[in-house]
Amino acid sequence: MPINYEDNIYEVIRNRERCINCRVCERQCANLVHKYSAETGEMVSDSMTCVDCQRCVSLCPTKALKIIKNINTYRDNANWSESAIKSLYKQAESGGVLLSSMGTPEPYPVYWDKILINASQVTNPSIDPLREPMETRVSLSRRPQNVERDGEGNIVNTIKNALTLSVPIMFSAMSYGSISYNAHKSLAIAAKKLGIFYNTGEGGLHRDFYEYGANTIVQVASGRFGVYKDYLDAGAAVEIKMGQGAKPGIGGHLPGEKIVDDVSKTRMIPKGTDAISPAPHHDIYSIEDLRQLVFSLKEATNYTKPVIVKIAAVHNIAAIASGIARSGADIIAIDGFRGGTGAAPTRIRDNVGIPVELALACVDTRLREEGIRNDIALVVGGSIRNSADIVKAVALGADAVYIATGALLALGCHLCRSCHLGKCNWGIATQNPELVKRLNPETGSVRLINLVTAWKHEIEEMMGGMGINSIEALRGNRLMLRGIGLTNKELEILGIYHAGE
Amino acid sequence: MKKEGQIRIPSGCAISGIINKDGRRIDGSGISKSIAVMHDRSNGLGGGFAGYGIYPEYKDYYAFHIFFTDAEAKRQCETFIESHFDIINQSELPTKKIPEITDEPLIWRYFVTPRPAKLLESQLDEEEYTLRCVFVMNTRYSGVFVFSSGKNMGVFKAVGFPEDVARFYRLDEYAGYSWIAHGRYPTNTPGWWGGAHPFAILDFSVVHNGEISSYDANRRFIEMFGYKCTLQTDTEVITYIWDYLVRRKKLTLTEAAEVIAAPFWEKINAMPDKDRERLTYLRTAYPSLLVTGPFSIIVGFKGGLLALNDRLKLRSMVAAEKNQTVYIASEECAIREIESSFDKVWAPVGGEPVLVRLNGDLS
Ligand code: SF4
Ligand code: SF4
Repeated sequence: MPINYEDNIYEVIRNRERCINCRVCERQCANLVHKYSAETGEMVSDSMTCVDCQRCVSLCPTKALKIIKNINTYRDNANWSESAIKSLYKQAESGGVLLSSMGTPEPYPVYWDKILINASQVTNPSIDPLREPMETRVSLSRRPQNVERDGEGNIVNTIKNALTLSVPIMFSAMSYGSISYNAHKSLAIAAKKLGIFYNTGEGGLHRDFYEYGANTIVQVASGRFGVYKDYLDAGAAVEIKMGQGAKPGIGGHLPGEKIVDDVSKTRMIPKGTDAISPAPHHDIYSIEDLRQLVFSLKEATNYTKPVIVKIAAVHNIAAIASGIARSGADIIAIDGFRGGTGAAPTRIRDNVGIPVELALACVDTRLREEGIRNDIALVVGGSIRNSADIVKAVALGADAVYIATGALLALGCHLCRSCHLGKCNWGIATQNPELVKRLNPETGSVRLINLVTAWKHEIEEMMGGMGINSIEALRGNRLMLRGIGLTNKELEILGIYHAGE
Repeated sequence: MKKEGQIRIPSGCAISGIINKDGRRIDGSGISKSIAVMHDRSNGLGGGFAGYGIYPEYKDYYAFHIFFTDAEAKRQCETFIESHFDIINQSELPTKKIPEITDEPLIWRYFVTPRPAKLLESQLDEEEYTLRCVFVMNTRYSGVFVFSSGKNMGVFKAVGFPEDVARFYRLDEYAGYSWIAHGRYPTNTPGWWGGAHPFAILDFSVVHNGEISSYDANRRFIEMFGYKCTLQTDTEVITYIWDYLVRRKKLTLTEAAEVIAAPFWEKINAMPDKDRERLTYLRTAYPSLLVTGPFSIIVGFKGGLLALNDRLKLRSMVAAEKNQTVYIASEECAIREIESSFDKVWAPVGGEPVLVRLNGDLS
């Protein structure tokens, strides 16, 4: 039955006048789109498998290639969009769950884009970051209730396990397995040179990367892959992953093909077996269980490392965060629903959870209402795209942000959203050695360092404009923000005024 | 137009302070003269003073100075005071009608002490109990504003130029060992006396010149601990920060200054171990109480004065010493006006507090 005729979403356009038949595109495309035809002596392409990763376009020496949207058109229907129809065909054929990767592409509101930042005029001088010191350093930890003094009355520094960041940016969890060795290495090198942290994700820590331990956050997720004593000891902090913004409420599934040699060793599971993280932690069915895990991990690491609890932004986030703040955890990480993923059921990615801006605002407000905001640090992620997003996040109340998609973009990702296929032409979301090789960790780390450094400069410029010379004075400083085009309810939740007020 | 408290009004200002380390009490005319020199730094929309050691005969009682918009507000508030405090003395605060000061509210003074049974029941110490009662009065009753609540000290403020405010309150009839003063230049007309400075809670009073950029970060932090920023002014939040750090958290005044105008990390990292430990702790424990943006403040407290500039010194401030007297002001001329020669005149370094205490225990 031809109902299921699946046409290509993208189409390869080759400019014959420019093409020199060098076959670069053929070698570069893991999806086998390009082929040399010996008969005609020309390149041919099969657009069916093209994911629009832009690899061939970028590498074609004569700029002969263009990928465009297939203009074949279904009959217009505002309700039954073409993609809705095609998804349905796919499922009618396969009987399976639709899978996707990276953050949702659906046009949900991006609140960052509806918030504007303040600047000083007349009554208060702006500060020039090129002339005056400008501090972006932050410390993430629980903060003590009472000041302790020694016999002579000197203050004793009782905060021993803070994570200190030169800029309030960290690389968010991406497991070795879901991304490549070289991608991990790039992140590790960059984190170390920048004085920030990267996160192992739930796939364990490759032996080679133990040397970056001081800049590593090791994750403990429901599958407990690769978790053992040395792993916990290796990191600077331990993160308990309760949820992920792109797929709240469900676990993870790394297919057996990706569990190759080193990945299997690092995850501590047999080669070729599927790595399945259950939806819940089977030892955490309630908040008091979480407390036990927090303290088990603290015991195991001798109370030398902060414990982060990462949760997906869901409807009841404020109450959940308040529970976590009282669980003994040092840091709460909130992952918004626009956050990325290596693979998630499409319907969940596109429909479950709430935007991180609202989650952050309501959590910060709730923790303040309960008088416990200072007890715990708040990190947010889930689609932080630039330095202005960071300034807005900090002013809404975040101590720091997590970036993942942004970091991958710096490494060359073109957001083709095909990570789950394991054939990433940019050497990122793949374990195929030929592809992995394409990402040079040295070059990759330099690009990450450039990105964070550029953002740091921009953050400093914006802070200076507001007359603020320490990021600490920006945190929770919501008067520095104004909404644009927001309803009263949205403004109320964000705790900001509308522009002009 | 919104009244102060519903909206944040930035303002520029002049400040001045005098303290006699030997505890010698002087009347309020000197400080009034000093602040009057800086007339151009105010615009007639707010002036005020705080004097310490002015109520020796009532030194063990809290002196509440309260504005009431009308008799009904006063009646409601007094019912509250009576049920929570024993009133030792109550009277209208002495004032003098002058053409420069108009629209005055009812201004009353109460010397009180917490009712022992109520205090016991609250399980709070006397100061915390009193502070919370002040917040209740300032937030629960409209038209009530307790603008002074310390012991053996008092705040006097109004809408007007500071020198007129001094005449209005007859400050030459009070004698104190220290005085602070403020002339205000708000960028908007508040018309509400509560918005004038000094701002005070319990024994702390603060005058401030500048506009802090950290305001909402500071406010949202301090409001977690029972403080209510009812006027949305910088000075109010700064006053609460001092109370929180010194009275609640038991930091010394110098340590509190190290939180408010913390040295840059670069400087901290180069310090000897002990200082580095302390400052690292203070900045990590209280990051939200760092105050940025331009400010110069004078803090009055029982037995002393403290002056502090922001860490970049974005506002002018000068200090001088002559015998047992220390003078601090936004401009040197304000000091020269009341004393002609000094043992020492200096411009305090940004972020480094000038702390002056009475010799021995004279307070
Ligand atoms: S890379 Fe460009 S020039 Fe080379 S074969 Fe492909 S399209 Fe032609
Ligand atoms: S990581 Fe690779 S596969 Fe995934 S979206 Fe980016 S380019 Fe595509």
